[in-house]
Amino acid sequence: MPEQLVFAMEVFLNGLMAGVLYALVALGFVLIYKASGIFNYAQGVMALFAAMTLVGIQKGQVPFAHLINALFGADLHYFGWSVNSVVAICFTVVVMIGLAWMVQRFVFRHLVGQEPIILFMATIGLAYFLEGVADLMWGSEIKTLNVCLAGELCLPQGINTWIDETTFNIFDYGFFIDNLDITATIVAILLVAALIAFSQYTKQGRAMRAVADDHQAALSVGVSLNFIWVLVWSVAGFVALVAGIMWGAKSGVQFSLSLIALKALPVLMLGGFTSIPGAIVGGLIIGVGEKLFEFAIGPMIGGATENWFAYVLALIFLVFRPQGLFGEKIIERV
Amino acid sequence: MLDQSDGYVTEDGRKIGSVVMEMKNITLRFGGVEAIKNISFDIREGEIRAIIGPNGAGKSSMLNVISGFYVPQDGEVWYRGERRAPMRPYEVARQGIARTFQNIALFEGMSVLDNVMTGRLTKMKSGLFGQAIWKGKAEAEEVANREVAEKIIDFLEIQSIRKTPVARLPYGLKKRVELARALASQPKILLLDEPMAGMNVEEKEDMSRFILDVNDEFGTTIALIEHDMGVVMDLSDRVVVMDYGKKIGDGTPDEVRANQDVIDAYLGVSHD
Repeated sequence: MPEQLVFAMEVFLNGLMAGVLYALVALGFVLIYKASGIFNYAQGVMALFAAMTLVGIQKGQVPFAHLINALFGADLHYFGWSVNSVVAICFTVVVMIGLAWMVQRFVFRHLVGQEPIILFMATIGLAYFLEGVADLMWGSEIKTLNVCLAGELCLPQGINTWIDETTFNIFDYGFFIDNLDITATIVAILLVAALIAFSQYTKQGRAMRAVADDHQAALSVGVSLNFIWVLVWSVAGFVALVAGIMWGAKSGVQFSLSLIALKALPVLMLGGFTSIPGAIVGGLIIGVGEKLFEFAIGPMIGGATENWFAYVLALIFLVFRPQGLFGEKIIERV
Repeated sequence: MLDQSDGYVTEDGRKIGSVVMEMKNITLRFGGVEAIKNISFDIREGEIRAIIGPNGAGKSSMLNVISGFYVPQDGEVWYRGERRAPMRPYEVARQGIARTFQNIALFEGMSVLDNVMTGRLTKMKSGLFGQAIWKGKAEAEEVANREVAEKIIDFLEIQSIRKTPVARLPYGLKKRVELARALASQPKILLLDEPMAGMNVEEKEDMSRFILDVNDEFGTTIALIEHDMGVVMDLSDRVVVMDYGKKIGDGTPDEVRANQDVIDAYLGVSHD
């Protein structure tokens, strides 16, 4: 088999894996957009916040240590214990649910019935606020994240030797596939299956879709708006945590993590803002597209195409299919 | 002629029960405007009760008070022999009071069937996990709920559009879907806010027939607001007439028709 083709295959596979990570972030956006019509700019920061909280709890860091030290002249940094990953994840979930409740109670409850653009502006404010809180709470240094479920069963890192050897035997060239990417793919598949089951088959899922469509009508069939909103933000917080774990394990927990939200935008334009499968397919197309483009065209035009490819693709989609691949058709009667 | 203690029999032989809902001295203000001024009336079990009046009389406000969307500043709402504490609309819905809206509030992105199924939300009890994997009690429950929904869809003759997204339907059918969703919760009281507004004669006849059938078949108590006087007089057992937030008449259609205040409100009267 020609060498170029084998390279292309490896690039393709790596693109798929990168796409899964984009899709994980995009999922959080879709959930909130579906349930409340809000485009949540803070989703990336939520992933950052979740990852930082997880690391902080794992390492027994004292929250708001700098603030406490500055105010009371103390010298606190660590409690001096470390927490098991599973327990730490559970605590982080609780924190994210608490955050969801506060967002609903202090921000969105006061904005019921406002224009979508106003709700969007509120999420921008929320993003900066949350970023500040994350900094104040856990400090701004880059942290490494490793999650171990039980004993030696940790998030794997590094090259997958089985794939490397197998492909070497077939093509005379070993593919480099990161174990972490494979894990992220499996986690993403499970997460999507769970989310689809939740939104399509459960009472709360149906109520969620009802709230997204019409507040008044949802109230009239006995749906509590406040409950559904807290629920949706909690689920989005959970998805943010999963995305935060995967990205954090890959590239360290740092503030640039919140910028991955920007990469989710073209994914959403491709997949449609209202479709969970759309977020996945959109993520995969962007992931594969930008890697293959960089591989095939990149060298001819000086490289660094990964920075803009996704946005140009999204722009083309906006022109020809504004609702995305899987989005609900926009029907408006005049 | 009305037996006020425990029910009466209508001209066409339907038995009307005791009082199921009673509004006592309701006053509702928006800032300095009094939308409802000290109004009292009751709704009896199995009855079709109409609220009529010229534009801006406060009819929709009254319906919103009953369904919990507005909380009156003064007065009491009694429901099934108990005074109702101020509650939110979804709590009212869970007590068995369903409603439709003057300018249709449907879930536009969902199919007709899904819309009707949302009416069953308050009836679903099984656990989240069971529902998600569609096993055990959840499955039986969903099947039972689906049966109720299908029955109502048959009843309102909208089988052919079951799977159609609501956004694609014409106005008259949307009104019918909204009625179906309200009925799906098998309400004790059904509140209809101008069920026939904007319809042509044929659609109005259909809707009237459905309202009568619902009342007849399921024994549902119905309170409705309507502008078309002909329709109101034909449909309802008793009528409340409002004007400028005040009650100016209450009684059978014939009594109301003969009421001088009502005639003045509708035909106008010179104020000099």
